[in-house]
Amino acid sequence: MQNNSPPLRVSIIGFGAVGQGVATLLQDLPHVEVVAVADSRGVALTPNLGTLLSRKRAGRPIANSDLTALEVIRTIEHDIVVEVTPTNIENGEPGLTHMREAIKNRRSIVTSNKGPLVVAFHELVQLARENDVALRYEATVGGAMPIINLVRETLAGNRILDIMGVLNGTCNYILTRMAEEALDYDQVLSEAQDMGIAEADPTYDVMGIDTASKVVILANSFFDKNVTYADVAVTGIDRITPDALRLAHQRGFAIKLIGEVQELTVSPKMIPIGHPLNVGGTLNAASILTDHAGEITVAGKGAGSIETASAIVSDILSIQKERC
Amino acid sequence: MRISMDLELQDIPGQLIHVLAPISELSGNIMSIVHHHDKKTFRNTVPVYVIFDIEEQKLEELKEKLEERGITIVRIGKMRLRARTHILLIGHIIHTDLRETVDHIDGTGFAEVQDLSLSMPAIDGPSSAVVTIMATGIGELKRAISMLRDVAEKKDLLMIEPIEERSTIGGVAYAEQ
Ligand SMILES: NC(=O)c1ccc[n+]([C@@H]2O[C@H](COP(=O)([O-])OP(=O)(O)OC[C@H]3O[C@@H](n4cnc5c(N)ncnc54)[C@H](OP(=O)(O)O)[C@@H]3O)[C@@H](O)[C@H]2O)c1
Repeated sequence: MQNNSPPLRVSIIGFGAVGQGVATLLQDLPHVEVVAVADSRGVALTPNLGTLLSRKRAGRPIANSDLTALEVIRTIEHDIVVEVTPTNIENGEPGLTHMREAIKNRRSIVTSNKGPLVVAFHELVQLARENDVALRYEATVGGAMPIINLVRETLAGNRILDIMGVLNGTCNYILTRMAEEALDYDQVLSEAQDMGIAEADPTYDVMGIDTASKVVILANSFFDKNVTYADVAVTGIDRITPDALRLAHQRGFAIKLIGEVQELTVSPKMIPIGHPLNVGGTLNAASILTDHAGEITVAGKGAGSIETASAIVSDILSIQKERC
Repeated sequence: MRISMDLELQDIPGQLIHVLAPISELSGNIMSIVHHHDKKTFRNTVPVYVIFDIEEQKLEELKEKLEERGITIVRIGKMRLRARTHILLIGHIIHTDLRETVDHIDGTGFAEVQDLSLSMPAIDGPSSAVVTIMATGIGELKRAISMLRDVAEKKDLLMIEPIEERSTIGGVAYAEQ
């Protein structure tokens, strides 16, 4: 890497699981400088990442300034805003304001936050184009599993005919356990909550909302569509029974929550047991149907602090490469 | 084997028994009969369309028996069920609702419910069923599936279908036989 080029200056907006993962990985990257980190309570300027991570893990405040996250985005000179605040698919906030302001101030964006992209995809893409900055969001779909950049870059010579996938690790874990242990939905859900795989309020995952958000992002990215959450027909996994899983298995099928991008649907579907989308546990998988390369299936960890952060760091490094 | 037949009967009462009796004598199983009273032919006969299952080697004997009884066989179709799928249903499945749909699918002449298994529900719990459908082709199979989908919607059942194969025409799960 060009040692004589100035370091890439980055802010991390949101310091939860993903933000901390990003900070951990950026500690080892010499040519990236973190100028500020924000959580919901305040902002740390020019932080020492090691110290900041220990403070946060100890439950202590990280702020060392009276700036807000938005003021950091507007006034602190830097190149990339890593937007990793919580997802809100109704109004996209606070991420949407963060992103609009970042782009207007000519900073690139790397994000794992689906909300702003579900609510205002084309507005943000257009704004980024007008301001000549990058908007990269590999981590929003499938966490560490490569899909956005895979389709956009590696499969560039192909027309993408369809994408379908297992895009929510929580649902996949629940269905996998129900099938393996012949347990009821409610039992496995509370087990998943105990293990931290499902949220205390699991609605967003189990009702298919998270999967639908990813379908929206993929549809807008690759299928020339202009859709939002309301355009997706969504059915969750909460009515699935161990009996249904057993009956399916006897006939050679697994049941998975499948997002279908061309169709704009999310619903439980039967897939043949030998099908490459039949991944277990919390894994995600997506199969991409192309005109020349045929069908390509990828699988990987759909969530997790460091896993998701790795996708963010890879987007940061791509931006760095582009500007060299 | 499933057979469809276009027949012509004389327009006098009691003729239908001449169709039904030989089929059941040869252990055939009638799926559907459509009697077109309103479409009398110029020969003053009434067209009848019947679908039934029968062992293939008994078909010749059946033809003879029908002709002996003065029935005109206009056309015989042998259905080959080449496409197959399984559909899961979950909810408060009432057997009679499902039975009606199964009969409806069996009566189409292009699709057949091969198997229907219903799990025993826990008390007050939802039951789960799997329905195996075969049809003469992918398009016909999809029509049969949509009949099932109508029932699922009306009765608030969760219906789980196999994913569609995209790399070839048709479906992975819609195995062609
Ligand atoms: N976790 C995963 O594996 C994963 C995978 C893929 C995508 N994502 C997405 O990535 C994003 C981050 O996820 P996460 O798991 O890291 O969430 P999280 O643990 O809930 O962290 C969210 C962080 O955002 C901060 N925050 C909230 N409002 C803010 C505001 N107005 N200004 C600045 N910071 C604010 C929170 O502050 P406090 O610390 O003060 O509460 C917290 O540090 C979400 O959009 C999520 O959907 C997560």
